[in-house]
Amino acid sequence: MKPTTFREIDGTSKGYYVLLGLLGLILAAGLGSAYYMEHNGHWVTGMNNQIVWGMPHVFAVFLIVAASGALNVASISSVFGKTSYKPLAPLSGLLAIALLIGGLMVLVLDLGRPDRLIVAMTYYNFKSIFAWNMILYNGFLAIVIIYLWTMMQRKMNKYSKVAGFFAFIWRLALTIGTGSIFGFIVARQYYDAAIMAPMFVVMSFSFGLAFMLIVLLATYQWTGREIGSHIVSRLQRLQGLFVAAVLLFVVIFHLTNLYATQHHGVENFILAGDNIYSGLFWVGYLLLGTVFPLIICYAPAFRASIGWTAAAAVMVIAGGLSQMYMIIIGGQAYPMDLFPGKDVSSSFYDGVVASYAPSAPEVALGLGGTAVTFIAVMIAIKVLRFLPLSLANSQTDPHYSAEER
Amino acid sequence: MSNTPQQQAGEPAEQNQIDSYRRKLLGGGAAIAGAAALGPGVFFTSVARAKPADQAVSSEVRWGFLIDANKCADNCDKCVTACNDEHNLTGFGRPETDAQWIRAVTLRDRKTGHTTKLPMMCQHCAHPPCVDVCPTGASFKRADGIVLVDKHICIGCRYCMMACPYKARSFVHETITNQQEYSPRGKGTVESCTLCVHRVDKGEIPACAEACPEKAILFGNLNDPGSDISQRMATEASTEVRGDLRLDLGVRYQGI
Ligand code: SF4
Ligand code: SF4
Repeated sequence: MKPTTFREIDGTSKGYYVLLGLLGLILAAGLGSAYYMEHNGHWVTGMNNQIVWGMPHVFAVFLIVAASGALNVASISSVFGKTSYKPLAPLSGLLAIALLIGGLMVLVLDLGRPDRLIVAMTYYNFKSIFAWNMILYNGFLAIVIIYLWTMMQRKMNKYSKVAGFFAFIWRLALTIGTGSIFGFIVARQYYDAAIMAPMFVVMSFSFGLAFMLIVLLATYQWTGREIGSHIVSRLQRLQGLFVAAVLLFVVIFHLTNLYATQHHGVENFILAGDNIYSGLFWVGYLLLGTVFPLIICYAPAFRASIGWTAAAAVMVIAGGLSQMYMIIIGGQAYPMDLFPGKDVSSSFYDGVVASYAPSAPEVALGLGGTAVTFIAVMIAIKVLRFLPLSLANSQTDPHYSAEER
Repeated sequence: MSNTPQQQAGEPAEQNQIDSYRRKLLGGGAAIAGAAALGPGVFFTSVARAKPADQAVSSEVRWGFLIDANKCADNCDKCVTACNDEHNLTGFGRPETDAQWIRAVTLRDRKTGHTTKLPMMCQHCAHPPCVDVCPTGASFKRADGIVLVDKHICIGCRYCMMACPYKARSFVHETITNQQEYSPRGKGTVESCTLCVHRVDKGEIPACAEACPEKAILFGNLNDPGSDISQRMATEASTEVRGDLRLDLGVRYQGI
């Protein structure tokens, strides 16, 4: 394997600026929406006293979960010594930071009082998973920055393994923390499950890698840098593995729920109800986000295809968002069972499925956060040396020899 | 269900009697020393034992409700109206986002068709999930068991609403005008039944309990074995809603 040379991208083409401009517009729309929501109050959104977390949370949790997963490629190279992935480690760290910032932005701007962010940073209730998460998020940013520094500064290289190990542990804690936000909610039938935390960990692997693939393949395609079949097919199969792992957890989750009679109602509601959540599960999550990507990742016909691999990654993201919507919104929409065996009614929507329709500002805010992620990556790879000049097989395959080509 | 509140709080009965004896003694002393200076409502003997303004909230008391669903009359919403008036919870005609601190819930048994009606509000849990999850500590429990939100440090994350098993909380979805000074509210923060602390601290009873024409809502000190509420609970059956969660509620129901 040849040593890797890292270089900034040119970033002077028309395409680069057009893309940056587009993302900037989306971000502006997101910020404008946040202001509109704060100014008028949340009644202008689809959220209400029954569905208290809406579209912004779907995006925020998704991006935050993906952030820790994006670091995976770096972890595999530093912690598990897989040299093929080493040239990708800096990009992996960068993407992790960018995704986390995007997700946190959405989360914070949706608060009822975002102006009190400083309160959130100074008053801690240590019994709250949320408070723990704030520490985990800030710590994650710091650790990954240090990790990047050890990777990108030659004289710091010797510490990169330690930093990578630390970052790996931290990222696991972060996703477990995020999953536990839901897992610890005893009040709601759909969330009260310890399996939520490990399920979020495998989801993070899958979503994070999908973002990584999109950024990587698009950048190499658009900058005309070479990317070899070796790394593409490896990442492709890794993506397939993660998608399968998520599926396994989803199956276990639903089977355990179906086993307990008490959970039949909510399972029926999510899996077989006459509502959007069932559609999102079967079509969004299962077909689009799982079956299709699995075929693309494993069928020989698509082997090492850049276009198909990118398509699979996009599908994984679409499926992941569907899944997140189903968990976050669906879990709240199902009425809480305060009086088992009784039909309940009240002026406060007891006993009925809560309705929610995402409003345009909420979606714009979520997309705005996503735009922040991509803008950050685009600028960073232009000013710093995150990307290898070439990812040809000679750069990534430890068993590469010229004759094989 | 077989536990009396004071046993749940971990105090043996004799201990409680000694305490109540000591309280009477101290109360008597205080009365002699300066009844006039302290003003009305400070005697430790009233049903709703009051807290003098200069005295810290004490865990000697645990405020609670005993609600008799059998007494709750059909088509009556006097408790709801009283609460809305007391705290100025004027709506905006948008039921999905308007705040409701207390609501009338109708239950219909799926097998027998029997219906019951009852008022539902914050249950003032002894182990409140809302307080556990609140990242800033804005949700808190006073020593006397009343669960409140500090509107100055609530960031409006709504995690407490996700965690409350009783749907007891509302998020303020729009700008609020002319609020009561004793009951501060604000756009972007979460709120719920305060058990009318402003009244309780003056020795009065909560507005809903006062307004109920059927006397279906009994207010009192669960930690005082001599209080009406404790006496009734000791002799009559009552139950917690979702007692399986073991949150040790401040509100108990009869007839459900
Ligand atoms: S009923 Fe809900 S809001 Fe009230 S103390 Fe319990 S968890 Fe908190
Ligand atoms: S909305 Fe306010 S009271 Fe509720 S958990 Fe968040 S900060 Fe705490």
